[in-house]
Amino acid sequence: MTSFADTFLNAAVAAEYAPKIAEGFALTVLLALCIVAAGLALGLALAVIRAAGLRVVNWGIIGFVDVFRALPPLVIIVLLYFGLPSAGFSLSGFGATWLALTLVLAAFSEEVFWAGISATPQGQWDAARALGLGFAATLFLVVLPQAIRMVIPPLTNRTIAITKGTALGSVVAVSEILGQAQAGVSFAFNATPLTLGAVAYLILFFPVVVAGRWVETRFAWKR
Amino acid sequence: MGEFAQAFFNTGILAEAWPILLQGLWRTIQLSALVVPLGLGAGLALALLSTLRNPWVRWPLIAFVDTFRALPPLVLLVFIYAGLPFAGLELGAWGAVALGFLLNTGAYYGEILRAGIESVPRGQAEAARALGLSRSRTMTLVVLPQAVRNVLPDLVSNTLEVVKLTSIASVVALPELLFQARQAQSLTYNATPIVAAAILYLALLWPFVRLLSRLEHKRLAGR
Repeated sequence: MTSFADTFLNAAVAAEYAPKIAEGFALTVLLALCIVAAGLALGLALAVIRAAGLRVVNWGIIGFVDVFRALPPLVIIVLLYFGLPSAGFSLSGFGATWLALTLVLAAFSEEVFWAGISATPQGQWDAARALGLGFAATLFLVVLPQAIRMVIPPLTNRTIAITKGTALGSVVAVSEILGQAQAGVSFAFNATPLTLGAVAYLILFFPVVVAGRWVETRFAWKR
Repeated sequence: MGEFAQAFFNTGILAEAWPILLQGLWRTIQLSALVVPLGLGAGLALALLSTLRNPWVRWPLIAFVDTFRALPPLVLLVFIYAGLPFAGLELGAWGAVALGFLLNTGAYYGEILRAGIESVPRGQAEAARALGLSRSRTMTLVVLPQAVRNVLPDLVSNTLEVVKLTSIASVVALPELLFQARQAQSLTYNATPIVAAAILYLALLWPFVRLLSRLEHKRLAGR
């Protein structure tokens, strides 16, 4: 039992690598915030453009959404990181992970926002237009506030799932939590840094998952 | 433009890499055929356990599910693959992937199936019991079929995510599609194999994305 504790939670190793894991924690939080902000903004923008109903533009949006829903995020990260330099662009590991997960979140959230917009009853549109509001005013003041409230639960879950993808950054040398933990394991030849890393992820995401569960019941879709 | 094609769509390199990419694609399919039933089975067990209204079962179950929804799957996989051997437990790449997916996707499937079972009106089970069906026949013949139908889009969506997630097995050197593409890319210094792998993933998964879109729209329309 003592050897088990020594292997997975060795006090000396933990003290040595805790600061590294904390650095990784800060980077993971930064990366996650950048992904959520950019991904949701882009997804909402695409859904608003789709609401304008221009056929050719919408085909483009649907194509974009389908591609980024079908491709595994790790494949996109690897493609951006190892592939783009051949085309003369070079992205850092952080940049590649951010861009890939932003595009994936944008695709998923566009689909969810669009579902909310199209589920808003036609009468809302008609009434707002009859009152003299223009297309943009109707969309932004009447339809979107209702649509967004409706899609909060599925959006929350999807956003959490994609944000957890920040751990994929370790594959392209981003020193976020997992990257730091793996480096620690190979230096210390002890599993403690990995345990610390797992605990760090739990500290970060466990409250988010519990909050997501609460949001799901609080804003549940009325069936 | 010629240079661009040389870097991303090099036919010579594609012809060379094609056999190992196909091997990788086949492994990805085998891997999916292993982990999807594993996750579904674990999820079904979790969902059935959560129908017991005993708080001593219910709360540990919720804690279990939320823990494995909070840990990024890659962190879990690396912990199993690189951490457990320190305790003398060597599972190998396939074993580590199987255990990691069992825990992670089991938790997700469990949540979906639980929501499905809860969406079936209580009267259905009561009526079946009143007609003389046993508890287990009530569950398998009356409740589960309706539950699965109610959450079918979520089940399809999660299955799509699981198949995409098999790409993280490349991190533990399991020679699936992404791993093979990266091998070929590093041997040839050319991004063509990764582009080809992305196209293979698209070809494999795009039909499911379309199906999912249709299921989701049908559900919205039916509300």
